[in-house]
Amino acid sequence: MELILFYLTSAVAIFATVMMITRLNAVHGLLYLILSLLAVGVIFFLLGAHFAAVLEVIIYAGAIMVLFVFVIMMLNQGQQTIEQERVWLQPGIWIGPSLLASILLVEMLVIVVLGGHAETGHVVDSRQVGIALYGPYLLAVELASMLLLAGLVGAYHLGKPMLKTTRPRGNS
Amino acid sequence: MNGIPMELGLLLSAVLFVLGLIGVMVRRNLIMILMSLEVMLNATGLAFIVAGSRWGQADGQIMFLLILTLAAAEVGVGLGLALQIFHRFHTLDADSVNEMQG
Repeated sequence: MELILFYLTSAVAIFATVMMITRLNAVHGLLYLILSLLAVGVIFFLLGAHFAAVLEVIIYAGAIMVLFVFVIMMLNQGQQTIEQERVWLQPGIWIGPSLLASILLVEMLVIVVLGGHAETGHVVDSRQVGIALYGPYLLAVELASMLLLAGLVGAYHLGKPMLKTTRPRGNS
Repeated sequence: MNGIPMELGLLLSAVLFVLGLIGVMVRRNLIMILMSLEVMLNATGLAFIVAGSRWGQADGQIMFLLILTLAAAEVGVGLGLALQIFHRFHTLDADSVNEMQG
């Protein structure tokens, strides 16, 4: 039973990734990328890593993908965007991702209906993760916070509006 | 318990990693390159989770947490760089940024 779910989810993940690579439009690729991440999250759940599955959905498929959406929105401006949006709102683009998402939804329903019988592997709950995270891995948490701070400062510096765009580049 | 074999999980991780690598090498749009990098990081995290589930330890999930942090920082800086490149060159083509002169 778990193997069937695993194979199905793996097929969804690989198919979504292939579709993501081959899309010409960035937003269509983003849709399939979100599907790929959600499928990997279901695989995490099947492997018994519930905390990692929740983090995958919330942070990867939620927060990081929102960053991509914002940047794609910022980079496309003007009349061209309006025509693009008109094309995107046509039915047909979202059918593929919706089908894959419904497959994942059916899998989750099957898992919920079956109760605890569909979970495999050794379930490592969040209590163990938290104890290990703030015990032996405390230094790694500090390093991760430093990395996030560096990323924040770098993103703020790079995201500032360019004041001297017309300056000939290369002499700074 | 009839669980998922570790080899299958690692195989899926390798396939996803290679797909992301192909995406990084083939695509020339900066946004698509960053998305392919996300796929590669995600595949690495999947390998850690599979190993942690195999031995029943929490270390795999902790390594996944660190990879998640790395991915968040990398996406922030990478998208900022993409914005700068778009403002300077008015394109997202990665091949247009080959004029480095110091």
